[in-house]
Amino acid sequence: MKGTFFKEFFNRNGPLLGTYLLLAVAFWIIILIVLPQLSMLDYSFRFNLPPSAQGGEKDVYTMSNYQHFFNGSEGNPERLSIFGYQTDIPFNKVDIAVFFKTILAAIFVTAFDLALCYPLAYFLGQSASGPSGRVLLLLLIIPYWVNEILRAFAFRIIFGATGVINTVLVGVGILDTPIDFIRENVALYAGLGYAYLLLMIFPIYNAIESLDRNQIEAARDLGSPWWRIHWRIVIPFAKPGIVSGCTMVFMLTAGALAAPQILGGPSSLWFTQIIYQWFNTGGNWPRGAAYAVVLLFICIVFVLAMMRLFKVKMGEIGK
Amino acid sequence: MSTGVGVDLDDVWVKFGDFVAVREANVSIKGGEFFSFLGPSGCGKTTILRTVSGFQEPSQGEVRIGGTNMVGIGPNLRPTALIFQNLALFPLMPIWENITFSMEVRGASKGERRKRADELLELIALQGQGDKMVNELSGGQKQRVAIARALCAEPDVLLLDEPLSALDLKLRQHMRTELRAIQKQVGITFIYITHDQGEALTMSDNVAVMSAGVIDQIADGRTIYDDPASPFVASFVGENNVFSGKIKTITKDYAVVDTPAGDLRAKIGTAARGKLQKGNDAMAFVRPEALAIAAGRKGKDENRLTASIKTEEFEGQSYNIFLNQADGAEIKMSLVNQGQAYEHAPGSQMTLSCNADQAVVLPAGALASE
Ligand SMILES: Nc1ncnc2c1ncn2[C@@H]1O[C@H](COP(=O)(O)OP(=O)(O)OP(=O)(O)O)[C@@H](O)[C@H]1O
Ligand SMILES: [Mg+2]
Repeated sequence: MKGTFFKEFFNRNGPLLGTYLLLAVAFWIIILIVLPQLSMLDYSFRFNLPPSAQGGEKDVYTMSNYQHFFNGSEGNPERLSIFGYQTDIPFNKVDIAVFFKTILAAIFVTAFDLALCYPLAYFLGQSASGPSGRVLLLLLIIPYWVNEILRAFAFRIIFGATGVINTVLVGVGILDTPIDFIRENVALYAGLGYAYLLLMIFPIYNAIESLDRNQIEAARDLGSPWWRIHWRIVIPFAKPGIVSGCTMVFMLTAGALAAPQILGGPSSLWFTQIIYQWFNTGGNWPRGAAYAVVLLFICIVFVLAMMRLFKVKMGEIGK
Repeated sequence: MSTGVGVDLDDVWVKFGDFVAVREANVSIKGGEFFSFLGPSGCGKTTILRTVSGFQEPSQGEVRIGGTNMVGIGPNLRPTALIFQNLALFPLMPIWENITFSMEVRGASKGERRKRADELLELIALQGQGDKMVNELSGGQKQRVAIARALCAEPDVLLLDEPLSALDLKLRQHMRTELRAIQKQVGITFIYITHDQGEALTMSDNVAVMSAGVIDQIADGRTIYDDPASPFVASFVGENNVFSGKIKTITKDYAVVDTPAGDLRAKIGTAARGKLQKGNDAMAFVRPEALAIAAGRKGKDENRLTASIKTEEFEGQSYNIFLNQADGAEIKMSLVNQGQAYEHAPGSQMTLSCNADQAVVLPAGALASE
């Protein structure tokens, strides 16, 4: 079975191209995906030792980094309470609160992007056919030629106290004093929502574009109002696209670093920033690795649960 | 049986920019009638159907269904149901939900819908298959589901856009009879579109023949075949031989045309009565089966034509001889198969005969391209 697969593969592509393709795929999977994740996983189970002690007899596996995520550091006075019942388990309230805030914010940004992109993708896919549609797509893409960090700074300028939005609002007389969009985290959510907009639009657009127009007309001919056409025909058809768009936006938003660093208000902390601190200023790579693994794991579980809930199969995504 | 709801098109024009897709359509379809639009690809058939169903507003003129002007009434509110050229079944719904989608829209309960679906599945001979998905059905079955889905909406007028074109010949013929039977059973008005003349002639009470956005003739099948209103209709519906020339003499009902094959006396088409004069360019049409090899003495109403033989061909029930007129125009003669063998030398002259009453004269005009 396996032998015939490789044989056929080489027959189809020739020995030179075949070898190259196989090596490229192997490189991609092993070097770019498996090894980094494995070493991260490995790190997360080790003590933070000085280089001289690494590999020594003290260098053993431990759960202490994960424990830290749940229990906090030694002498943490916070205790876990379940439905008002006080336990005496130490509880890392700060980190866990940030963690859930990050997940919730990512869900919010994903929902916001979906609400924004679905109509646009529908319009592009069904109505704006031909050259005008392609121009519109290009206009959507052009801002993304600018680097992500520069885009974040651009948002800082737009939303700043003397930025375009405040100037206009004050100028027109709607506001007396400028709103501090940065402090209110409006800039952060707008920046995050904007950062991965295309990853939401394109999968949905692709799906909707392949929907036969006649199906929409058939439903309309059978008396259906617009909302039911979307509910029964368009959305079920676009579901794989919607799911892959939501998955990507959710994962990337939860794991975003640049936007929270640049656009986040003084009181807001993103979970990725905590991870970054452990790696960087904290100098504790194993702990950072453990926090990163927790984030990745919970995000994957969340996405799988959502797919279950909405009855989407893995194979349908990316179709 | 109810008398059904009629459909009238009153001076309907449909334009896309400068392009005129439908020009001055005046059609009156009686309630309960099986009415067909017949015409070559791109002549505007689908456009007319979309105008009736409400997806296309006419640029000018009026569409009336059951006497009510339909202007401004959307497709979801018209008493029509359209069967699309590609069926447009909903692939993500099981068959029974497909069929009863219109009831779902009206808020019918699941029990009611299932019950109605079972009734309709029985009508289309697909009992017990309601839980299948669309892609699990054969082409003919999908066809029937599309019909059931449209019927479930209880339309007054059913619009069918070449629904049989994707099927193979056998199934198509079978579905023709079935469609006709369903129409008789439900008694509603059917407006049927096709570019297949056999389909139009066998199924319809009346046929409108279209060419390039214009309706050339509206009549029952026999009239269309025997008494075409234009050279286009004569050449598009069935096979026809064209003999062109100027009119030599003319009476009230007959005209003699000076053709390259000789003088041809023919009946003047009903639509052309009073419109022809001596010296006009005209076309005489003679069906292949109306031609014969001349024999014996020339009868009173008989024409004698000469042409040179090109080829012969055996076609099962008929034996065809192809000839050329003096100007090169082709003639096809179909004889009943009586064991003829390839007995005529190519290039030799042959004298043909045809009866004046089986030939039709019309003013010269555009023919249907092959
Ligand atoms: N939305 C449109 N915009 C511009 N032109 C159109 C549009 N719809 C149809 N046409 C043109 O109108 C003409 C008639 O089209 P229509 O679809 O009615 O043809 P049809 O008779 O149904 O042909 P077929 O047998 O191939 O289905 C065609 O030349 C087509 O190009
Ligand atoms: Mg058509």
